[in-house]
Amino acid sequence: MSEPAVRVESLGKRYRLGTRGTGYRTLREDLATLVRRAAPAARDRSAASEIWALRDLSFEIGQGTALAVIGRNGAGKSTLLKILTRITPPTTGRVELRGRVGSLLEVGTGFHPELTGRENIFLNGAILGMKRAEIRSKFDTIVQFAEVERFLDTPVKRYSSGMYVRLAFAVAAHLEPSILLVDEVLAVGDARFQQKCLGKMGEVSREGRTVLFVSHNMIAVKKLCNMALLLEEGEGAAFGGVLEVVKAYQHDDTSWSAERSWPDPARAPGDGRARLAAARIRGADGSVTADIDSRDGFDIEVDYLNLREGARLGVTAMIFGPDGECILGSISNSDAGWHDRPRPEGLFRSVCRVPGDFFPDGRFSISLMIWGDGYSWSFREDEVLGFTVHETEGSARGDYTGGMDGVVRPRFEWSTARIDGSH
Amino acid sequence: MKTGAGSRAQGPDISVITPRGRSSGLGELAGHSELLLFLTWRDIKVRYKQALLGVSWAVLQPLLTMIVFSVVFGRLAGLDSEGVPYPLFSLAALLPWQLFAGALQRAGGSLVGNANLMTKVYFPRLVIPLAAVGACLFDFLISIVLMAGLMVFYGVPPSWAILALPLFTLAALVAALAVSLWLSALNVRYRDVQHALPFITQIWMYASPVAYSASYIPGGPWRMVYAINPMAGVIQGFRWALVGGAPPGIEFLVSSAASLLLLAGGYLYFRRVERSFADVV
Repeated sequence: MSEPAVRVESLGKRYRLGTRGTGYRTLREDLATLVRRAAPAARDRSAASEIWALRDLSFEIGQGTALAVIGRNGAGKSTLLKILTRITPPTTGRVELRGRVGSLLEVGTGFHPELTGRENIFLNGAILGMKRAEIRSKFDTIVQFAEVERFLDTPVKRYSSGMYVRLAFAVAAHLEPSILLVDEVLAVGDARFQQKCLGKMGEVSREGRTVLFVSHNMIAVKKLCNMALLLEEGEGAAFGGVLEVVKAYQHDDTSWSAERSWPDPARAPGDGRARLAAARIRGADGSVTADIDSRDGFDIEVDYLNLREGARLGVTAMIFGPDGECILGSISNSDAGWHDRPRPEGLFRSVCRVPGDFFPDGRFSISLMIWGDGYSWSFREDEVLGFTVHETEGSARGDYTGGMDGVVRPRFEWSTARIDGSH
Repeated sequence: MKTGAGSRAQGPDISVITPRGRSSGLGELAGHSELLLFLTWRDIKVRYKQALLGVSWAVLQPLLTMIVFSVVFGRLAGLDSEGVPYPLFSLAALLPWQLFAGALQRAGGSLVGNANLMTKVYFPRLVIPLAAVGACLFDFLISIVLMAGLMVFYGVPPSWAILALPLFTLAALVAALAVSLWLSALNVRYRDVQHALPFITQIWMYASPVAYSASYIPGGPWRMVYAINPMAGVIQGFRWALVGGAPPGIEFLVSSAASLLLLAGGYLYFRRVERSFADVV
């Protein structure tokens, strides 16, 4: 291999807590800091309120590599992407990128709702770094890819969200950079279009271009990438062939828990309307466990605070399979007691009963969503809980012990009769 | 060190990212001139798209301000307008002033207003306040037409001094850009700027010879202090070029020097903080 397309050397990014999210300050606060800085004791406190989103990360990939960047939320995946795209500067280290860099951190960046589809193609193209002549020459292909021919002169604010995403992806997909950086943008759009996007990305990497793909979806990762980088708490935990690294990630036991709780509401996931308090998996015998016998059912218990008098709340539990694929979502609107009824402020527990003989053996994660007031708002916390299903004697697979496909493994009834009529 | 970040055609160019590394500044900006044009065009288009009166606002704003000034300062206060009809006298000053004030208003909040863009894609951040100032230039050109119409109406023919108008327009742009760079970058960190901006603009207007003649300022050293205001020289220049009166002398040089200093400082400050915009905004 000749020169690497991407070389990262001891890269680090430090955030001061509080400068992330609500980063801006008022002059008054800055003046106050200035005064405090005079006192030597203030120094130590400021060091404690720093976090390294990325620390001492080094790797190299050659041209034509499709690298997956995987890891749990907060592991530093997005930070890495933001440094590579030059959106934010690193605190330490150095990056070399060989060739034109294109990024897709969010579809529709710079789309303006008042402008028409045609106008937005040009504007978005320019923002992503395309020349006008280049956009003009690709215009028809983009429009065709996005399937929006009939709405070209309609302001995009009148587009359905599907159309909007298709158009936005189409522009970005035709950027033709030699290094393409992609965040998990494929979580949007319908299944057919997602396939189309994956296909387009596969095409890009087969053409010898370098792709960096950040994703939770291990199926897509395995399909698209030949190498993977696993990040854990800002540090590189594994780097190599995609299959090995994904396997290492999935066998990383520490990240699986049968119970999570947030004793301090201020730090719990949620907002001013509701916050998660705790969540746990309770096995058939009533104990909290992450190990489930495939024959047994279990309960997902979700404790949450309602912070507004009279709010109508609900919970959705999403169960993801070993490859990060969503197997199912279950909504608490079948709850006869509290669904769509105004609730007093306070702590609630919703329990979702999961039947036995449903999941095959393997590892699963649970994401939770709290929503309210006619589904008008929601917040979501990913990978809150994890559990492992074990098949023992008497499971739905019966006496068969070989490999078996399928995302679910229910016990269906079989019967056989001899029907050739002879006795 | 090259930019590479989507700015040029495919080739073996290498981009290096380091904690202290700077993009190549003005050179990189030149590579993004098309983006600048597109964003300027977007700003203009979007601004008038949902307005009932559309682009006519670009005429109405200076026209209505001129009428109010003519009534209040020309008629009621009876300010001296150097022998020129007061409406012409004030509109000649309102042309650069509204360019300047409009730029401050639009550019001041521009980085914060485009926060979504800045946290999702890289391009030289200078493009954003530049596009905001550029969009104000569009309004300015329209109000020039209004000025021409008014000069015909009052039968005031332009003198050869009008040839200097592009120079004064440039000076107005430099002043507008200089202050815009400061305000837009400061506003990312301190939202106080947004609250202070209306006052700054208002006070600045009274510190500039918009409604009154600069000849009211006592001569000698005070006139030089007054000229430190970049807009003082620009406005005097506009008046002289369009409707005659006292030619701008050394005052214009002082104003221009102040303006260029402010621009250089604004540029350096902007460059120093632009890399952290995405973390702070």
